[in-house]
Amino acid sequence: MSDDQDDLVLSELEDDDLVQQMHDDLYDGLKEEIEEAVNILLERGWEPYRILTEALVAGMTIVGKDFRDGILFVPEVLLAANAMKAGMAILKPLLAETGAPTVGRMVIGTVKGDIHDIGKNLVSMMMEGAGFEVIDIGINNPVESYLEALETEKPDILGMSALLTTTMPYMKTVIDTLVQKGIRDDYVVLVGGAPLNEEFGKAIGADAYCRDAAVAVETAKAMMARRHNRVAVG
Amino acid sequence: MTHDGIAPARSGSVLFIACGALAREILALIELNGWDHVDLVCLPAILHNTPDAIPDAVEAAVRKHSHAYDDIRVVYADCGTGGRLEDRCMELGVAMVPGPHCYSFFEGNAAFAAHEEMTAFYLTDFLARQFDAFVWEPLGLDRHPALRDTYFGHYETLIYLAQTDDPALDAKAQSCADRLGLAYERRYTGYGDLATELHSWA
Repeated sequence: MSDDQDDLVLSELEDDDLVQQMHDDLYDGLKEEIEEAVNILLERGWEPYRILTEALVAGMTIVGKDFRDGILFVPEVLLAANAMKAGMAILKPLLAETGAPTVGRMVIGTVKGDIHDIGKNLVSMMMEGAGFEVIDIGINNPVESYLEALETEKPDILGMSALLTTTMPYMKTVIDTLVQKGIRDDYVVLVGGAPLNEEFGKAIGADAYCRDAAVAVETAKAMMARRHNRVAVG
Repeated sequence: MTHDGIAPARSGSVLFIACGALAREILALIELNGWDHVDLVCLPAILHNTPDAIPDAVEAAVRKHSHAYDDIRVVYADCGTGGRLEDRCMELGVAMVPGPHCYSFFEGNAAFAAHEEMTAFYLTDFLARQFDAFVWEPLGLDRHPALRDTYFGHYETLIYLAQTDDPALDAKAQSCADRLGLAYERRYTGYGDLATELHSWA
């Protein structure tokens, strides 16, 4: 974004300018600069949760919007995500110590027969950034792995991902198993992946199809709010 | 072919609307079998990287040429459209090639499915030739080689599904595997189910 990076001393920037610079550095995928800036803000007494939301999540939201608008492409988004991940690695233990708010809990994994996890990893990261506790069970998950994770972790949300036309029908196998066991309604089920669409999500009995990580976060937040309201009314 | 496709010769009664990545193979089959009544139009092969755009592009081509031909066939498999191309072809009343993608129909859909090679990354003759334009550059690996393992970390083998016996392409595919950090395997397929399907149409 800027050609003047070489002359810039992050520690000399005022807080607002530093946060703005972090947005630019995230956009440019500058991992070391993000790590440095996170540490500077911590030294200045910023709460980890504030750094996460105002600097990292806000910056990544700009990246997400420009990706959706066709201004940024997958490689640039991945570099930005790597930079955000590095910043989050510093903040994560501190967030646990300072008791940052948790919006909800999610188990997420790529379905059986599928090893693709770029989209899933982006969703995991953005969900964590939005205050969700995420249990990522990785790739190539048979229905048994999902069931075990649901039993052990007791999440609010189950997320499933697939990149292949040949593997996406497996999401229905998982949802059908939840129905058979009478536990389908215990969870919000979100699905995503390149060959999916809203119609497919409805057809297999998911609560929603999420076309990208930003939509997944917004959908998850809305679903959690609806759940809380339902519990409050009921 | 990558970005422009090819236009039909307008001499036959049957039109194949195909992915540009299949042009060479289809033209070879047309010539080999003497299908003088068959014309070929190819859509830009780079649609391979944006499957969402394939159904609309195919529909536009069908509508553009339908008045000039007795019969139109679509030489695409599902190609990552999640069933949307099949739905669109049914709406348009045109047949398409069965199977998930060209890797599968070149090898033969049944044989391909039986392998269950989850950790294999495939190249065809076309993709071996066009590796940089279709894989390396679109994934940004020319600019950001450090991303290689983010994309390919879970893959183990690059399998070159060879339509022809071409030592130069074999060597090229091997070098693609090396660049991606994957083991290499060459598997000769010929034209597989593509030949069978086009025979039944022509």
